[in-house]
Amino acid sequence: MNKKNLYGIVAILVVAATVLSACGPKATPTPAASTEVEVFSWWVGPGEADGLAAMVKVFNAQYPNIQFINAAVAGGAGTNAKAVLATRLAANDPPDSWQAHAGQETIANYVAAGQVLPLDDLFKSTGLDKVLPATLLPLISQNGHPYSVPVNIHRSNVLWYNPKVLAAAGVTANPKTDFATLDAFFAVCDQIKAAGKICLSLGAPWTAVHLFENIMIGTIGAQKWSGLWSTPPTTDWAGADVTAGIANFAKALSYTNADASTMTDWQPASKLVSDGDAAFNIMGDWAYGYFANAAPNGLALTPHTDFDWAVAPGTYGVFNFLSDSFVLPVGAKHPDATLDWLTVAASRPGQEAFNPLKGSICARTDCNQALFSEYSQDAAKDWTANVVVGSLFHGVVAAPAWAASITTAVGLFQADTTKTADFQAALVAACKSDGTCK
Amino acid sequence: MFRKFTLRVPRLILALALILGGAICVFFLWNVQLIIAGKNLTSIGILLAGLVFYTGIILIISMFQSETVLSIALLLPSMVAVAIFVYGFIGWSIRVSFTEWKGLNPDYTWAGLKQYYLLFQNNPRFVIDVRNTAMFTVGFILGCLIIGLGLAILLDQKLKGEALFRGIFLFPMSISFIASGVVWGWLMNPSTGNRITGINLIFQTLGLKSLISLWHSTPMPWGMAFTVIPAVWQLSGFTMALYMGGMRSISDDLREAARVDGASEFQIYRFIIFPMLQPVTLSAVIILGHMSLKIFDLIVALGNKAIGLDVPGIYMWTTTFDGTNYAQGAAIGVLMLVSVAILVVPYLIQNMRTETQL
Repeated sequence: MNKKNLYGIVAILVVAATVLSACGPKATPTPAASTEVEVFSWWVGPGEADGLAAMVKVFNAQYPNIQFINAAVAGGAGTNAKAVLATRLAANDPPDSWQAHAGQETIANYVAAGQVLPLDDLFKSTGLDKVLPATLLPLISQNGHPYSVPVNIHRSNVLWYNPKVLAAAGVTANPKTDFATLDAFFAVCDQIKAAGKICLSLGAPWTAVHLFENIMIGTIGAQKWSGLWSTPPTTDWAGADVTAGIANFAKALSYTNADASTMTDWQPASKLVSDGDAAFNIMGDWAYGYFANAAPNGLALTPHTDFDWAVAPGTYGVFNFLSDSFVLPVGAKHPDATLDWLTVAASRPGQEAFNPLKGSICARTDCNQALFSEYSQDAAKDWTANVVVGSLFHGVVAAPAWAASITTAVGLFQADTTKTADFQAALVAACKSDGTCK
Repeated sequence: MFRKFTLRVPRLILALALILGGAICVFFLWNVQLIIAGKNLTSIGILLAGLVFYTGIILIISMFQSETVLSIALLLPSMVAVAIFVYGFIGWSIRVSFTEWKGLNPDYTWAGLKQYYLLFQNNPRFVIDVRNTAMFTVGFILGCLIIGLGLAILLDQKLKGEALFRGIFLFPMSISFIASGVVWGWLMNPSTGNRITGINLIFQTLGLKSLISLWHSTPMPWGMAFTVIPAVWQLSGFTMALYMGGMRSISDDLREAARVDGASEFQIYRFIIFPMLQPVTLSAVIILGHMSLKIFDLIVALGNKAIGLDVPGIYMWTTTFDGTNYAQGAAIGVLMLVSVAILVVPYLIQNMRTETQL
């Protein structure tokens, strides 16, 4: 390199340094003013991003002096977002509030790590403690203190079906009323199988865990299901109830499509139902938006003729829920603004703005139902009247490490459904390794 | 080393200005955040300011007119970066793997070999992982070597349009494993009946119904064997390029001499070309082997985390980030590193020895 070039490069660097030092102070806002709130979520997809924007609109109208910073990270079910959040927490740079599945995913992660504060005062001041179902509060609390504000509620135990496939197979049973037991459901499955269709469609491997929890609830009932997760468990993991649930799960798997494991997510399995290749699909109520919404984000189908829904077999009167919620971090940079955000997230206007777009129902029981779809109105009635239990795969009842062990056990069982004893032993071991079982 | 020192005043002034300016910028950015157009650019600013600072130092060192000192000074930043970000973090992972860390807060309670013990003691998933990795590695390396060598021999026949074919065969390598995993997932769709698509549909249309396959959803353990197909498709062209490079470096005189001695073309390959390609094969095995031992992206795109297609990389991801079991995840990561090291380290040592001999 000759000298001229060298000096040229050096001159450029000098100029760059001058520019940097010149624009540095001007571009830096004063960090002391509590005029912003950074909210971290994984709501970037269709529907959910619109819902967040609608809720932010409500927030901006109520608190015009606070700037809302949307720190959303893309990636299904928050897999990427959770890794990014863990990094930020480890670096002691928490956002002002973040999205977390209500229940153990919040409690075993953030509460146990001492990273979030209890919200008793906020629950009282916003009246949230009065308008949530009584069975919900214990599921999102630790030692009687709630730690996160549930914004929405999704239902896990929904049976989606294609009425045309049922009619073609000569099924007379009505899924909304006649599947009080799993045996009644399996009897219909035999009919559908005989007609040459898939009875129960299954998607990507995680949907098998989703199916497992709903088959288990359908077998042992709400009370015993909740007993599996109490400390210490009042339902024996090694007992006959769980054995019966596993037997039903194996039977349910025998009615599923062979290519399930090659599906990329839950949508292909739901599409099997709407395409008329399968009769039933057990999936959370986010499937409603996929069936009913206009293209390109949905299939634009007509409810009751192209597709229909019922409560999952054996779980009538039970609401297996999951919920997205927001937390108040320890050492929040803008604690007052965070509380303002949480107040909006807990409020009726906030939840009424968010949920119709997201396709979920309000966590509050006093929302205006006219804003919601037909399915959501159905679900909201059950939300008030049913026994509420928590979902396993979606982070309500088990700590992440426990849920991950169960996911592995379900995967191994799915690969070889004859190993019932091994599966139950793995479930017992998972509970022990969590520390809940002795 | 420092015998020759030529003082150049203009350069010295410039160097001092850079050092001072850089240091001030670093100090300044350390305390105040740099935000331009809503993006926090503080760390990039500090990096640039540090570069300015270091340029000044290099300018001063350059006045000593010693190439050794200058080259060390130029290399030092990247050596420090590699030491911290590669070897430092390897060391940290090893440390975490000996702890009880589960959950978000670090827990450095000494656990000895417990995390490793849990993987090897009655852990059916890890057994599947090891078996799958072994199956994938063997199939992948053999497939790439055989097809790669075959393509190289074909292109070695000095035919027309060789450059075009070379490009076509090499092209799949430029696609990311994730993308080829998704596309091959569509091609190897195992659906049957009215939902039949992909390669199965071709087979059905051609009347080759016996070839219709469940592909990678074949029950354990053989489903894993099918994941080798996209991997070989993607990297056999690369292996071909390695072999072609090796063949080009074999002098034509040798072939001519063999022909004069009456060797057939087959014998030329068997007794002259193949033995001389042995170092290429070794390099190819090392490069392909270290890829397959830590494969993650292709398999996760094809298998969606199904247990039948599980590999240590996926197990590590789910354990660490879904299950927040950081100590166990670190143990799986360390085992992956060890398996790659067993393959690569002897090769590196041998390389270093030959280089010092030269």
